Amino acid sequence: MSLKKIHDDQPKEFKFSNENLKKAENILKRYPEKNKKSAVMPFLYLAQRQNNNWIPLAAMKYIAKFLSMPYISVYEIATFYTMYNLAPVGKYFVQVCTTTPCLLRGSDKIVKLCKEKISHKENEISKKGNCSWMEVECLGACVSAPMIQINDDYYEDLDEKSTIKILDSILNDKPLKPGSFRGRKNTAPENKPVLNGEKHA
Amino acid sequence: MEKNMLKKEDKIFKNLYNEHGWEIENAIKRDDWKNTKDLISRGREWIINEVKTSELRGRGGAGFSTGLKWSFTPKDVGSRPHYLVINADESEPGTCKDRDILRFEPQKLIEGCLIAGFAVNAHVCYIYIRGEYINEGKRLQEAIDQAYEKNYLGKNACGTGWEFDIFIHYGAGAYICGEETALLESIEGNKGQPRLKPPFPALVGLYGCPTIVNNVETIAVVPTILRRGGKWFASIGKPKNTGTKIFCISGNVNSPCNVEEEMGIPLKELIEKHAGGVVGGWDNLQAVIPGGSSMPLLSKKICDTITMDFDSLIENKSGLGTAGIVVINKDQDIVACMARIARFYKHESCGQCTPCREGSGWMWRILDRVVKRKATFSDINLLSDVTKQIEGHTICAFGEGSAWPVQGLLRHFRKEIDSRCRDEPLIKKKIDNPYLVDQHLLENKNA
Repeated sequence: MSLKKIHDDQPKEFKFSNENLKKAENILKRYPEKNKKSAVMPFLYLAQRQNNNWIPLAAMKYIAKFLSMPYISVYEIATFYTMYNLAPVGKYFVQVCTTTPCLLRGSDKIVKLCKEKISHKENEISKKGNCSWMEVECLGACVSAPMIQINDDYYEDLDEKSTIKILDSILNDKPLKPGSFRGRKNTAPENKPVLNGEKHA
Repeated sequence: MEKNMLKKEDKIFKNLYNEHGWEIENAIKRDDWKNTKDLISRGREWIINEVKTSELRGRGGAGFSTGLKWSFTPKDVGSRPHYLVINADESEPGTCKDRDILRFEPQKLIEGCLIAGFAVNAHVCYIYIRGEYINEGKRLQEAIDQAYEKNYLGKNACGTGWEFDIFIHYGAGAYICGEETALLESIEGNKGQPRLKPPFPALVGLYGCPTIVNNVETIAVVPTILRRGGKWFASIGKPKNTGTKIFCISGNVNSPCNVEEEMGIPLKELIEKHAGGVVGGWDNLQAVIPGGSSMPLLSKKICDTITMDFDSLIENKSGLGTAGIVVINKDQDIVACMARIARFYKHESCGQCTPCREGSGWMWRILDRVVKRKATFSDINLLSDVTKQIEGHTICAFGEGSAWPVQGLLRHFRKEIDSRCRDEPLIKKKIDNPYLVDQHLLENKNA
């Protein structure tokens, strides 16, 4: 469980856009009729995407009504799961993996760079550009460590040089392409041209 | 005494690095969906028996026999429908194998879902992907759509007369949802807090209906097993530890990678042949976490000879888990590494059972003090005591998962820890060392 702070400045109203209403109807079809409560997690994602990557309390109330469930249950779920942002984040939201496999390969240097380049504190929107960062637990790309996630994309096989480039690019609103920054193909071993008679990139 | 490496033709995941394309046309070239209709027409009994013959053990960590698990579902469908749920909530530090299957071998998973769904009488399958894998989820959805286009899924899936649908459900960053009952709670739209077992999900699972929960890798190898025969799979590896396995080798190695190898391969060979060796040479090895962060670490002495399979690792008081191998060399502070793992568990505890919720924080705070050389000898006894009070006193295996790595550290590196501790000073100075407040929260002041 993590501590989460609800944003002070809350919008009064929230409604799904027409496009999201259609998506919501499609989501409901995936689950049995009497179990429409299941849709609460996908709905919270929809609300988050619609509202600049954070969920206001009004959206939780709206979803609770939509799925005829108590508001407190929606609130519970939004606070339980770490990926629901309850306060505004930057347009480029940098998540730095700092769990042991990344730590072993120098994720602390990346945290330091984030502090220098983006903002000294976690979850604080940068003065220049529109970025924020936070430390997160294992993102599941351990053989490509150290790595960061910016919005939806994974930036892998980083070092200090490439991290500076990436952070500069998002601060200037021209993000680089995600993927490996050591030029290797996915999770294949490097410097090993012949392995079991197969060619590896 | 070196074993031969896994032969190329015995590899199940031929596109693990996406050299041949993930799209359905390319997957069909690699023999996916080759004779699915024929396999399914041989009936449930045959499928389950063949999986039992293969001695396939679940690849998600616990290593339970897959065939046996499937046979626990009720033979006939009663008033409640059956469900198949795929656990793709891969969050164990050190593990990233399922991500590559989702990205590059999705058709193997989808075909496996259809076969497994048929075997356990399920018409609906939910794939629970961790929320961070947004792009992987999109890729899988594309692959599912391609399979629908070819009529491999839907009303008359693959011409078998079996109706089968697959839906993706995203998690949202909770490690605990990798536990099967927490995962079911999460799909039902609740907080991901594990349920008491029994009843097991095979009888009372999703929405109170019989449900089989399997890992991605387990399901993805099933079509190949059926096609080539359970005996073929059982002939690879060691008795009771059969088949191939994707190993994720990360940490201080020269070329970290995912690689499919035979079960029971020596750890040293795995690291030296595939991952380019330990940084600074084998003698620079300090410890290895063999199966994802919740498995106790192994000292170098054990690493010299250990083979990577369920049973030999259990003999050495560790476990294969998810086969996420984290290599730690002598340049690293081993206590700091384990303290970081303890912090991970503190962060991820769901908060349902007191021993785990409170204990995980205690373990992290004590280890943090050891790192900062502020701990006393009595602290270490306390630490050992806390791990034993968590273990076995929680609803799910998270308790063991958080306590075992610390126990492993105490078992193999007690000297190292003791060298950093001191006796309780006779005159106690007031130290700014709060026991019940998290240090990093005080430092950050932004929580």
